[in-house]
Amino acid sequence: MAAEGKTIDALGQFELKTVLGPIGEAVGFTQSSAHMLLAVGIIIGTIMIGMSRRAVVPGRLQSLTESLYEFIADLVGNQVGQHEGRRFVPFVFALFTFILVGNLLGLLPYAFTFTSHIAVTFTLAFIVFVLITVVAFALHGKKFFGYFFPEGAPIWLAPIIIPVEVISYLSRPVSLAIRLFANMTAGHVLLKVFATFVVLLGGLGAVGPFIAILPLATNVAIVGFEILVALLQAYVFAILTSIYLHDAVHLH
Amino acid sequence: MPQLDFGNPLIIAQIVWLLIIFGALYYMLTAYALPRVEGVLEERAARIAADLEAAQAAKSEADAAMAAHREATAKARAEAQSAIAAAMQQAQAEAAKRSEELNARLARQIDEAEARIATARDQAMGALRQVSAETTTSLVAKLGAKADAKAVDAAVDRALAARAA
Repeated sequence: MAAEGKTIDALGQFELKTVLGPIGEAVGFTQSSAHMLLAVGIIIGTIMIGMSRRAVVPGRLQSLTESLYEFIADLVGNQVGQHEGRRFVPFVFALFTFILVGNLLGLLPYAFTFTSHIAVTFTLAFIVFVLITVVAFALHGKKFFGYFFPEGAPIWLAPIIIPVEVISYLSRPVSLAIRLFANMTAGHVLLKVFATFVVLLGGLGAVGPFIAILPLATNVAIVGFEILVALLQAYVFAILTSIYLHDAVHLH
Repeated sequence: MPQLDFGNPLIIAQIVWLLIIFGALYYMLTAYALPRVEGVLEERAARIAADLEAAQAAKSEADAAMAAHREATAKARAEAQSAIAAAMQQAQAEAAKRSEELNARLARQIDEAEARIATARDQAMGALRQVSAETTTSLVAKLGAKADAKAVDAAVDRALAARAA
């Protein structure tokens, strides 16, 4: 669906389509869900195959798995605290790897990027939001409301501070969701636009293919940049989740 | 933008599938995958700690052995020193005894010799008196006179006393 009728169709790639024929149609199983399943398979498969030898001196895949785990454990440990953070490590690990593999999978040709759907990113962000709120209530009870009005602030500032704090708290899942969605969507739109340029320019007679090299080179650079963005956005999502968990556990 | 087409039932289906799939991922991670990783990491940490401990124990053992060795060396040296000193003392004592004995023997011999010499001289002196008396008698006889034995003896005694004085 590159350039149907010589127009640029940058958004068609985000269209949801059911897969697996009538069964998929019946349960609303789309290529997006298929890619989620694939991502989960890659994550679990990497860990299970990597750790299957349980070697004291790790091989490549085991090293990758271990350093990924230690990376997340350190991240959560540094933000939330070595002891309190332990039980959140699997959750942040799941979030980070799911988003990371989803982002990277989306860069492969013909693949679908489920992290470019705001429904997906917002659902993940909302899970984080529910988690931090539940954790904060469970650990601090009513004192949790003190979070919205810092101790020692003059009381006449309450009408200003409390709404600001509440809005900033509520905007956390929104900013998490939109950041990831916007980055992924923008990157893929850009890739698609330049790819379409390559096709359109390539069709322009004799000189066309030579001019088409320019958007092609741009696209190569953008792919490299998008790999960076894929890593970075997964990292940002994970570290912001850790910071929110820190607030929930320690209340500032 | 297809992502914002919230009327599309597939969007809702996608959220449901996401919850199911992400839940499954979380469950598999907590139940199977991550405990394995943790287990291996802990095992390695425990092994390294055990190795470090063993190395520490070996080092302290070696230190103790070294100290024992040093002590033994010092003891042996002290023993040898005292043995040398004792032997030296003994040898000195023996030498002193021997030289004392020797001195005593020499002194005795000297005394004996002196005594012998004295007797010899006395004998010689006795003989000298007799010789003098005989010589005097024979000289007087040559001169043609009869020597009075008593007078000769007295004269010889006088002369000898005068010589000895």
